[in-house]
Amino acid sequence: MASLLNQIGAVTALNVRSIPQRGWMSVASVVAVALTIAVLLFFLALSNGLSQTVKGSGADDVAIIIREGSNAELNSVVTRDQLSILTTGPGVAQRQGRPSASGELLVIVDGVKRSTSTNANMPFRGIGAEGLALRRGVRITEGRMFNPGTNEIVVGAGLLREFSGFEFGKSIRLRGTTWQIVGVFEAPGTVFESELWADIAVTQSLFNRPNVYQTMRIQLSSPDAVKAFQDWAKTDARLNGLEVLSERAYYARQASQSSAGFMFIGLVLGIMMAIGALAGALNTMYSSVAARSAEIATLRIIGFSGWAAFFGTMVEALMLSAAGGALGILLAFVAFNGRTTSTLGAGFTQLVFQFQLSGGIVFAAIVMAIVIGLVGGFFPGIRAARQRPQLELAAQ
Amino acid sequence: MTDLIRLTDVEKNYTRGKEKISIFDKLTMRIEQGDFVAIMGPSGSGKTTLLNLLGGTDKADKGAIEFDGKRIDNLNEGQLTAWRAANVGFIFQFYNLMPILTAAQNVELPLLLTKLAPKKRRENVATALKIVGLEDRAKHRPREMSGGQQQRVAIARAIVSDPKLLLCDEPTGDLDRTTADEILGTLQVLNRDLGKTIIMVTHDAQAAKFAKRTLHLDKGRFEQAELAA
Ligand SMILES: Nc1ncnc2c1ncn2[C@@H]1O[C@H](COP(=O)(O)OP(=O)(O)OP(=O)(O)O)[C@@H](O)[C@H]1O
Ligand SMILES: [Mg+2]
Repeated sequence: MASLLNQIGAVTALNVRSIPQRGWMSVASVVAVALTIAVLLFFLALSNGLSQTVKGSGADDVAIIIREGSNAELNSVVTRDQLSILTTGPGVAQRQGRPSASGELLVIVDGVKRSTSTNANMPFRGIGAEGLALRRGVRITEGRMFNPGTNEIVVGAGLLREFSGFEFGKSIRLRGTTWQIVGVFEAPGTVFESELWADIAVTQSLFNRPNVYQTMRIQLSSPDAVKAFQDWAKTDARLNGLEVLSERAYYARQASQSSAGFMFIGLVLGIMMAIGALAGALNTMYSSVAARSAEIATLRIIGFSGWAAFFGTMVEALMLSAAGGALGILLAFVAFNGRTTSTLGAGFTQLVFQFQLSGGIVFAAIVMAIVIGLVGGFFPGIRAARQRPQLELAAQ
Repeated sequence: MTDLIRLTDVEKNYTRGKEKISIFDKLTMRIEQGDFVAIMGPSGSGKTTLLNLLGGTDKADKGAIEFDGKRIDNLNEGQLTAWRAANVGFIFQFYNLMPILTAAQNVELPLLLTKLAPKKRRENVATALKIVGLEDRAKHRPREMSGGQQQRVAIARAIVSDPKLLLCDEPTGDLDRTTADEILGTLQVLNRDLGKTIIMVTHDAQAAKFAKRTLHLDKGRFEQAELAA
């Protein structure tokens, strides 16, 4: 046993120290693994960042009411009558003598993406008087909140970073009306940071959607009150066709929809590239075994076992793929982790979020690198182990 | 003297495509402990094949091969590998040193197959290098040495684990006359002073003179059968 470890150690050292003799080939296979890992990480971090942002948007003691079967707010409808009925439900929090609820309408306006100077759809949300209070993570960081009943807008900091046209203090024209940007708000890690907010009544009238709401948000007394509120809403025929969810549950559902796509692309691309990298690794290792065939035959004649030849090849492959994996992960951290980006969120409007690597994602990348190394070393390793220990083979 | 090696009715065939090529048919030979045998013969007569059979790097199809009174022809691959490590030292025409290892590291390779502690390994390596007269070249790499020096390192590697048998396939085939004679002299010393049994394949009649006796192999048979047996 000790002898086998000695043997493996010696053969591995021989392999590894002779890597420079196959320099370019080894470098190429390291780079192939690195690129594969980086691409995989790119999409997983994208998917994770998106999912975290969407999920982070929801509170669990706020109920959101949409039309049943609407995947996005844009195709939901809640009427004014339903709105007033909903505010009479159990557990609705009161603020200054009024129910803490906000009927909302989301419309799309044009913005310009800074990085590409292309037009993009911006979500423009009309919110009720309680809309700001309902979102606890939101802070006005510049200027002030819009005044109810005026053509004033506050803009999310994330949107401002990525898109132009809505700078603080600016007057802009939307649908033939002049609007004033009076404030900037921050809502770190949520979808709201990608939105423009204005008064609901003004939004309804100037965008020509009188009395139309898409969603309603209601502050409930506690997370437990959501269930009671849901049960109550089911019993009222006038609320038929509406779905009541906690805000958290709503965004969790959205998150899985929007991030699943990227996850899928990431995995498909990752696996395709992994196959390419694997082919490269196999090629490198088969050449390594071929280049060392006289050496392997000599060692086998001297009395080294086939296992030593196998493991030596295996370890060389694993070292190359580990180097590639480490390089890929480094690349991911330097090139895009934490970078802000935007993509089409639910409802075809832009959503700003950050690439976010996680322990689990890095682990997945490490596993992929190891698998490439194991498979890439296994078959050439078998060839090395099968190399017959004969004199004429050693003489090449 | 006792026999170190005894071959009885050994058959060896190769198949090339569908064709069966018989290399040895009922080959019988004995080699005594402490002998130094040169084997000569035309190309393709089976010299290397014979060394492979004697050294356990290839298997006979039929017949018995005994080493030191024990049969080795029925050992499995793993047992044969371990047997080789313990009993046979190989010397090749092209030295077959690992280019990235120093002389000492090359010589140490067979000792990695033993249970010897590193310190003891280093001592044995030093002794082996001293025997071949290269104690001052321990840290040199093969490409920094002449062909003759490289072959000496290879000889040190072959004897470092103290095997009874040395098998040499054209050990001087790549060397000039003077260097060849020095190497052959070293082999003689190993045979005479350390009692190594040596079997050496060579094309060179001059080289064969360093051996105690010469066997001529032709088409898988020894010309003087009585000498071999
Ligand atoms: N693995 C093999 N498969 C098929 N034929 C083989 C194999 N090894 C050797 N032979 C054949 O067996 C015969 C004897 O080969 P061997 O290498 O023993 O000859 P040799 O006497 O060492 O020749 P040389 O002096 O050229 O080294 C040759 O005809 C050779 O072609
Ligand atoms: Mg030969």
